[in-house]
Amino acid sequence: MPITYTSQEQIEVYRFGLPVTIVVPLLAVFLQAFVPVRFPFFAIFDLPLLVVIFFAVARRRPIAGLLTGSIIGIVQDSLTGNPLGLFGIAKTVVGYGASSLGVKLDVENAGARFLVTMFFYVVHEILYFSVARGLVGLSMQWSWPHELRSAVANAVIAVPLFALLDRFKKRT
Amino acid sequence: MENIITRYRNASFLVAVLFVQMLMLGVQVKRTDENRSTRLIRVWAVDAITPFEKLIVGIQHGVSGLWREYFYLRGVRQENRDLKQQIERMQLEEVRLKNDADQARRLQKLLGFKEQVISKVLAAQVIGSSGSERSRVIYIDKGTHDGIEKDMPVITAEGVVGKVLHVFNSTSEVLLIDDQTSGVGTILEQSRLQGVLKGTPGGEVILDKVMNGEQVQTGERALTSGGDEIFPKGLLVGTVSKALHGPESFLAISVKPAADLGRLEEVLVITKKERQEPEVADTNSRAVDILAQRLPSVPDKKPDEKVSDNKDQASVNAAPGTSHTPTAAATVPGTPKSSSVGGAVSGVPNPGTHKAVAAASADGAAKPPVVMNKQATPEAPKPGTKTAPTLNPEAPAAQSNPQTTPVPPPDQPQ
Repeated sequence: MPITYTSQEQIEVYRFGLPVTIVVPLLAVFLQAFVPVRFPFFAIFDLPLLVVIFFAVARRRPIAGLLTGSIIGIVQDSLTGNPLGLFGIAKTVVGYGASSLGVKLDVENAGARFLVTMFFYVVHEILYFSVARGLVGLSMQWSWPHELRSAVANAVIAVPLFALLDRFKKRT
Repeated sequence: MENIITRYRNASFLVAVLFVQMLMLGVQVKRTDENRSTRLIRVWAVDAITPFEKLIVGIQHGVSGLWREYFYLRGVRQENRDLKQQIERMQLEEVRLKNDADQARRLQKLLGFKEQVISKVLAAQVIGSSGSERSRVIYIDKGTHDGIEKDMPVITAEGVVGKVLHVFNSTSEVLLIDDQTSGVGTILEQSRLQGVLKGTPGGEVILDKVMNGEQVQTGERALTSGGDEIFPKGLLVGTVSKALHGPESFLAISVKPAADLGRLEEVLVITKKERQEPEVADTNSRAVDILAQRLPSVPDKKPDEKVSDNKDQASVNAAPGTSHTPTAAATVPGTPKSSSVGGAVSGVPNPGTHKAVAAASADGAAKPPVVMNKQATPEAPKPGTKTAPTLNPEAPAAQSNPQTTPVPPPDQPQ
């Protein structure tokens, strides 16, 4: 099994330069907004979510993870016509959860990343759905087949994307 | 208490951040004008993202424009010829439609009907989207600086796209008609049933609020009803793709949008609508006069030039089989042969100097075929044309104008 329990001493915590911290999330939001205009199928991906998971797992600090998730989520909300906070809340929880998981488990290899991304994608969708219906009153349909397909699609692109972003990691 | 917060610092922080966001959501949901309460955040986010989108779209259009307009010109001449023929055919069709429209306007005026007309549109490019399947919005490259305002309708040549939701300095957010929070007052063209067109969470477009007992045909066109005070009446929204009995008291009607909402590149924003009484055209004017006004004319010449021109023209007309050889009649494509209007006339003198040269039907289907009158001298009809040439007693001046060029039927290219 690729996910292995890691003691506190074995954990490697990474940091990122300021340009990477700002540019990568902005680029993810930009691509997410721009590409579906030309390629509508691209809307199935959630690049900002993948970036949140990557930063949270790499930094392994829950507060940093939840703040990253919250900011990226609210920026993403700003580009939708919906009230601000829907993506914000969902990504805050995902950021917190991913960084907490990163503290406990070694999720550096491809298999672990695939599973972790799938898991957090589903968690993200459940949270978004719950907040949208429960707090905002939007009428939304839940479809397990669609959500699972999307989770797999996101997990598939997460593996090479995370490998690419690994290049920007700096050891603390 | 302080001890607990310190001990569970991360969890406490999470709860605090979530609480703030939920509070923010609550404020937005309660406020009717949520645009104002979160405007600053939206402006920041949009200003950070859209300049790059504009830049890329601009480069993309520049490159593709350079290729299409300077290098890849294959078939342009043929296309130009086809378009010219199409224009001529459409000019004739317009005459017929104008007469119908004039008649409708006269009736509307009698009824005191005030119509809403589109008086100004602004073209805009689509530069981005929400990027989420949950929210179907697009961004266009025009904003308050260009005169865009909230709730302005957005359309394409194919049909209705949506309405402006948020306006920023140089961009605007457009809510598409397939978003679940959208709503368009819609009327079905044939059955005249009215309902509300909106999106579903699955991305489908449905026509809601049509009672179960009504009959709706698949393929029927859905138009804007004007009842929502946003979209002018009569714009094409889509066609009915499915109509089933719904679980409640309303029909489940699926509509296929006329505009391809997944691949929008350019749109038109209706920036000005006017409510006005229908203008009734001069009831004494005949279709022939309108036709003559709309066709190209030869500029007035000096008398000596006219004489020499007539000689030249006579020699051209004398040559049979040339492209200038006039045909007595031609059928307008797209109209039944029994209601066709005659062929086009080119080189018609200014209607102010010469009276009309041809007669065209003022009302279509009920009347027998109307044909163009080339000149008083009868001539055998061109083979393949089904309508026979007739003399028009109302056009005596036609004798003075021998220059007529027929519009060929669609299967007979000129």
